[in-house]
Amino acid sequence: MTEADTILRWVAPGCRVLDLGCGDGSLLKRLWSERQVPGYGVEIDDAHVLECLKNDVNVLQMDLEDGLAAFADRSFDVAILSETLQAIHRQEPLLKEMLRVAREAIVSFPNFGYWRARIQIALSGHMPVSKELPYQWYDTPNVHHCTLVDFEALCARLGFRILERAVLTGGRPVGTLPNLLGAIAAYRVSA
Amino acid sequence: MSQTLDPSSVGAVAAKRARFAEPLRLKSGAVLPEFELAYETYGELNAERSNAVLVCHALNASHHVAGFYADQPDNVGWWDNMVGPGKPLDTGRFFVVGSNYIGSCFGSTGPASVNPATGRPWGADFPVVTVEDWVAAQARLADRLGIQRFAAVMGGSLGAMQALQWALDYPERVRHSIVIACTPRLSAQNIGFNEVARQAIMTDPDFHGGHYYDKGVVPARGLRIARMIGHITYLSDDAMMEKFGRQLRREALGFDFGTDFEIESYLRYQGDKFSTYFDANTYLRITKALDYFDPAADFGGDLSKAFARARADFLVVSFTSDWRFSPERSREIVRALLDNRRVVSYLEIDAPQGHDAFLLEDPRYHKALRAYFENIPL
Repeated sequence: MTEADTILRWVAPGCRVLDLGCGDGSLLKRLWSERQVPGYGVEIDDAHVLECLKNDVNVLQMDLEDGLAAFADRSFDVAILSETLQAIHRQEPLLKEMLRVAREAIVSFPNFGYWRARIQIALSGHMPVSKELPYQWYDTPNVHHCTLVDFEALCARLGFRILERAVLTGGRPVGTLPNLLGAIAAYRVSA
Repeated sequence: MSQTLDPSSVGAVAAKRARFAEPLRLKSGAVLPEFELAYETYGELNAERSNAVLVCHALNASHHVAGFYADQPDNVGWWDNMVGPGKPLDTGRFFVVGSNYIGSCFGSTGPASVNPATGRPWGADFPVVTVEDWVAAQARLADRLGIQRFAAVMGGSLGAMQALQWALDYPERVRHSIVIACTPRLSAQNIGFNEVARQAIMTDPDFHGGHYYDKGVVPARGLRIARMIGHITYLSDDAMMEKFGRQLRREALGFDFGTDFEIESYLRYQGDKFSTYFDANTYLRITKALDYFDPAADFGGDLSKAFARARADFLVVSFTSDWRFSPERSREIVRALLDNRRVVSYLEIDAPQGHDAFLLEDPRYHKALRAYFENIPL
């Protein structure tokens, strides 16, 4: 099971979806073909925008850092931020905006508390580099890493309700010690 | 003559003219008793008549979108980099119609045409026309060509306004509306620039209140200044600086009012050239059509309500350095389309050239258009 499978499972057929940082649009394409979910993607990167057009999904070339002013209140059922949270400079306003424009938000990110990351720092003293975090510290789009407990604390502070959580490592769900054994976390939250 | 061998050119083309004898009531209330529309076509209309794309032009261009004229091989269509075999708008797949508009000076009925009521050129008596009027006239051309529904209507700038208007006035006749470097309404600054241009023309002693055709003169000085002003607004500050900087035309500053800087020389050249082929009465009317364009006006300024009748899918494109019709204006269009749950994609191309970027061959822009057209089913 992949993170995309998890997200697909969480989105009911017929929902309206906004996918923030939608990459090449493959999630939107799957949402449409497998769940009949119409959606829009937001993406800043030229190459990704082109891929989205080739994938025949709606893409809006906008900078998430500028907020979601283009979208009216509650105009979507679900706003998705898939593995993009860590690359956002101002995360709090964006998360609030997601729950302004949508009833629910789905947020996924690489867990910085994953044991492999902890070990790399603890033993080698280097910033972690892995499948989930493939970048060198000086050449990464990521600016704000967090762990599961960090994200949950932020949700509590913003008054968000966590409706569901899925933690994955190597495509398998993680049940015990998720903050230590989970490589990727996905949350379904509402205001 | 190399175009004849260029496989990505539609080759030698000829302008055509369609005559419409039924009167056309204009938005102003005036009636054109009859009119002609100049147009060109490229490619073949398929048997299902489902592959037609209408290309609308901007202020100073014409229906000559692509290819060249056999007797004028250097007269290449204004969007030849976009339209042709294997180009983003592929004439191997689509039947492309380049349409002129009424009031133009390029072959359609306009101020220089003969007014059937007087037997003399219309001149100042030619009515003020609007984007809605142009689209209504083009709809008759579509009827004439047997096109019930366009696969796409596309344009840049003023052409984009027509593409938008088509989607509003003939929702069932447009499958895709491609709106490039557009605005849903002109700003006060935009109108201000247009008014300076109009004043330059109307205060030219050769203007004669618009009835200059039978006097054997043209208000070339006014037209020239109008073009110089317009040209400044088409380019970004950076693009101008990059191209001309403060480069001098002569050895040193002249301390007179001759041409010191390259930019002065360039604008004078552009103005001179324009004044030889463009009609002043047409220029006045086109700038008014721009000023009057405001689809939200009938809906209390609410663009979302104005777009409620649209049924097309949309592609909206803007360019970051376009300060004439800035990306913010395109985002307003996108927002109104989202409010109406239209299928829409939006591209904001980080291009330095300003408003004119829509005419240039930026690979990101052209690849995106190509991808979009390839996904239009026929």
